[in-house]
Amino acid sequence: MDLWDFVAERREQIAFQAFQHVSLVVQSVLLATALGVALGVVCHRRAWARGLAATVSSVGLTLPALAVIAVVYGATGQGVTAAVSAVTLYALLVIWRNAVVGLSGVDGQLLEAARGLGMGATRRLLRVQLPLAWPVILSGVRVSTQMVMGIAAIAAYVTGPGLGGLIFTGLTRLGGAGALESALTGTVLVVLLALVLDLLLVLLGRATTSRGIRA
Amino acid sequence: MPDSTASAGPLDGHRPDGVSGAAIDLVGVTKSYPGQGGAAVDRISLQIPAGEIVMLVGPSGCGKTTTLKMINRLIEPTSGTITIDGRDVLSLDGDELRRQIGYVIQAGGLFPHMSVATNVGIVPGMLRWEKKRIAERTDELLELVGLDPAKYRDRYPGELSGGQQQRVGVARALAADPPVLLMDEPFGAVDPITRQRLQDELLRIQDELRKTIVCVTHDFDEAVKLGDRIVVLGEGARVVQYDTPAQVLAHPADPFVEDFVGSGAALKALTLTRVGELEALQETTTARVGDAVADVVARARAVGDAAAVVLDDRGRPQRWPWLRQLQAEGDVVLDRVEDVLSVDRRATLNAALDAMLGSRYGGVVVTGKNDVYEGVLFLQTAIDAVATTRGGSGDDGPVPVAGNDEDAARALAGEGAS
Repeated sequence: MDLWDFVAERREQIAFQAFQHVSLVVQSVLLATALGVALGVVCHRRAWARGLAATVSSVGLTLPALAVIAVVYGATGQGVTAAVSAVTLYALLVIWRNAVVGLSGVDGQLLEAARGLGMGATRRLLRVQLPLAWPVILSGVRVSTQMVMGIAAIAAYVTGPGLGGLIFTGLTRLGGAGALESALTGTVLVVLLALVLDLLLVLLGRATTSRGIRA
Repeated sequence: MPDSTASAGPLDGHRPDGVSGAAIDLVGVTKSYPGQGGAAVDRISLQIPAGEIVMLVGPSGCGKTTTLKMINRLIEPTSGTITIDGRDVLSLDGDELRRQIGYVIQAGGLFPHMSVATNVGIVPGMLRWEKKRIAERTDELLELVGLDPAKYRDRYPGELSGGQQQRVGVARALAADPPVLLMDEPFGAVDPITRQRLQDELLRIQDELRKTIVCVTHDFDEAVKLGDRIVVLGEGARVVQYDTPAQVLAHPADPFVEDFVGSGAALKALTLTRVGELEALQETTTARVGDAVADVVARARAVGDAAAVVLDDRGRPQRWPWLRQLQAEGDVVLDRVEDVLSVDRRATLNAALDAMLGSRYGGVVVTGKNDVYEGVLFLQTAIDAVATTRGGSGDDGPVPVAGNDEDAARALAGEGAS
């Protein structure tokens, strides 16, 4: 049995798993972006909070994914909630740090100019700080998306959804019929979908970054 | 005095005499930071007349910027009162107040992610003007600061030179037609030639608008050139001298000011006289395209001129050829690349002298509104005129109050109540 037959026979099931995988990643990254930016807004003004963000995110990224997933499952039980929580947590680490870096990198002179024009704190945030920090935040979103495509596959080891299922069933039955094909299909699809998502994010960046600050 | 009804309306200094600025009074204003010995600004009292440019100069760390920023409450005073047009600014909402006060900082402080038009339209947008009105105002302002709206409105700050960015910064500050303009080292980040030009333009704009402008600089020459009055500040924003530039140059209050004025006070005074004020302009022969050369030469010879100024169809000087040059050419033509040395009638005598020294005629063409020819100025007549005007009248109306003691505060407070 070659790879093509394997895919052709199970195309509906594979398509569904691919959809689940992407859906998990997209939802988690969206959630992580909202949380990360909010945390960044809260943290970026104080030096100790900036330090905290940097430390937590670099330590967090060194933790083995499987261990984190195990802990989250222990806390929330199996199911979609657990998968989303674990994947969001990972995405959050990068986005939070980048949000802090992006927001604190906005020139203080500009913020004072904004204040001098009579812009209140909310308006300064929405019209000056976030648009200027956006390219940095978005690059965090891109990195985290790539990263959690892989993490989501590992999350599937414990619960069902996504391409992780294909990979792990293949690996555990390695040597059996269609086992290699299963693992290969899962892996290749994760890589392909990661590339597609990255491309979409690049296009999003083009559309949402002001021409004035595009590199 | 300020009350709730007064603070509801906009600050407005528009007056029938063309002054659109509002008077600013600082009474016993202090700013001290906890944990620091002396106050950054110590009980300064300062009366800033409507429609004038007042320059705050002093060494770095003297509190001049702090003083400026307390006027629009970017820095909250520890004590004292500040009134604009008789209204207590401390009773207003800070953001509301700042929308009614123009604020220009070094390098313009433009937002790089917004187009020029968006930058200029920020304050009118916050004041909820209609889109169409904002667009019209933006174009009007770009025109005012010498940028072609069609060419520049959709550009981004990163695509502009430093001088252009600074112009946009001034346009943005003027967007909602505020009575007061605060400038913090506005021309500190541009090269000397651009700085000169921006200073000239600010004076031209001020001629038109007559705002009250308070400008911080560490450059005494800039203070002399731009200021109707100069406040020389020492440490803790101590008012060392508050006077017209001519008076500060001629009679520095103490060795500190003398030191600050630096050498060459007489030369610096040249920047105080404008070409237009000299009344030394001379007529000279002019020619336009299509004039018969023989005719032009005859006219020139009749009045003893050796050269004629060639004007374009809008009356702007283009060339200043010798008569024999014209004769050799046979026709009065424009399309010869020659740098006609001309200065605006608002240019300083300093600039005019500089141009004259580089001119082969020992003179310079003077232009007025829209660069239209007005006359010529020669070195000798300029020198004669300086000799007769030197010393100045010294009459600059009532002297505004300034100081750091109770007397100054009381004089100002008493006046504010009347």
